[in-house]
Amino acid sequence: MSDSGTIREIIFDTLRGSLKRPVELSEQTHIVDDLGLDSVAVMDFVMEIEDRLDLSVPLDKIAEIETLGDLLRVLSDLKAHV
Amino acid sequence: MGLFDKYAALAAQYAQLEEAGTNPFNVGFETVLSPTEAIINGRTTLLLGTNNYLGLTYDPAVIAKAVEATALSGTGTTGSRIANGSYQGHRGLERALADFYGRKHGMVFSTGYQANLGILSALAGKDDHLILDADSHASIYDGARLGHAQVTRFRHNSPDDLANRLRRLKDVPGEKIIVVEGIYSMLGDTAPLREFAAVKREYGGYLVVDEAHSLGVLGETGRGLAEAAGVEADVDFVVGTFSKSLGGVGGFCVADLDGFDILRVVSRPYMFTASLPPGVIAATIEALHQLQLRPGLRHQLNANARHLYDGLAGLGFTVGPEPSPVVSTVMPDPETAFAFWARLLEAGLYTNVSLPPATPKGLALLRSSVSAAHSTAQLDRAIGLFAIAGRELGLIPAAAPVRRADFASAK
Repeated sequence: MSDSGTIREIIFDTLRGSLKRPVELSEQTHIVDDLGLDSVAVMDFVMEIEDRLDLSVPLDKIAEIETLGDLLRVLSDLKAHV
Repeated sequence: MGLFDKYAALAAQYAQLEEAGTNPFNVGFETVLSPTEAIINGRTTLLLGTNNYLGLTYDPAVIAKAVEATALSGTGTTGSRIANGSYQGHRGLERALADFYGRKHGMVFSTGYQANLGILSALAGKDDHLILDADSHASIYDGARLGHAQVTRFRHNSPDDLANRLRRLKDVPGEKIIVVEGIYSMLGDTAPLREFAAVKREYGGYLVVDEAHSLGVLGETGRGLAEAAGVEADVDFVVGTFSKSLGGVGGFCVADLDGFDILRVVSRPYMFTASLPPGVIAATIEALHQLQLRPGLRHQLNANARHLYDGLAGLGFTVGPEPSPVVSTVMPDPETAFAFWARLLEAGLYTNVSLPPATPKGLALLRSSVSAAHSTAQLDRAIGLFAIAGRELGLIPAAAPVRRADFASAK
């Protein structure tokens, strides 16, 4: 459940469910530029993932995230330390 | 590369609104006439978006105190309280606020924004945890950022999600500080404070409630949501503002916790800014006195709020989840919100446009706020203008059923 492949799937799966238009997702996908999410939408989307992984991502960590790969690394790191 | 290039997209949108001559973010009031009327673009306009909940800005007793204090003590303090001293009024207002809330300590800040900055940044140290409601006001987010604590947010008004966050932090060292608001300023909804208090009791921690929009509005004596919900003993810190119900400017915090006064020498937004001028302080003391003396103002405000809320819901507008002095109608998109707002203003009615990310769930809102000073005739005129503009823009049918948004289940 906590390996990065699974977390990657959870991120992509959550995004596909909430994006209004289909976008090809990769670890290089830029969350603001490619997905058009504003700061609050990013935090709301991270919330969905927090529920599924049962962890909390501090806001300063969210602020550092630019790509889905960044998000994957932050989540994997937090999950490893739970 | 220019300095402002990073704002190019926003600047283009702003310029478009300016060119159209209808920019809700740059409205000029030529003359303010009363708590409910001003001259805008040369015409008398009904004010339905000024947060002047009790209508005290023109109260003769409040004005008299402001004038008297200004004549006696001057226009400004020209410095901060730690460097340049406290006037009698500053301490008097802090005592009056503490007494009103039945608390030991009170602290006054120069704005409501700074009260949140000053309290949150000082309460939570580097190893502590701030846990914020997701729909918190910008001043709460900014206060959290100004400090060095770990900050997480929980789903708006969800005691279950708050409990989840606290459970995840159970074995993590550091104090846990929960922050919620009494009335949320965008949709006018209240926090489930009794449930939040129960979660706090279960997991431990401190509870901060921002009563900016609920002071003078809720509770048997107007102390806000904590009083209305009967959980004042569970609330460790009440933060609030003077710029809404009290008709002035400034912010405050009251608490019972021993050692509270140390905040005066660690809270940077308190220390490194000029203190409030004597006239503002005296006016606020008198407004707080009027608030307590005249509960009828609060009853009138709530009756007016209900009248507008029911009126707009009855027309078929999608309104917030509960009646409150903040009455917002949901617009399909920002463009419609601008068009709707402009039509109302042309017809002599001033309201607000609120857009994401300031609003929850990406909503575009046409926001109104009600005053005790509004007459029923004024509110009926406003409802009539909403009906005309709403039908012209195809937002409501000719005769409409009551609709309320189900925000609890919306994503």
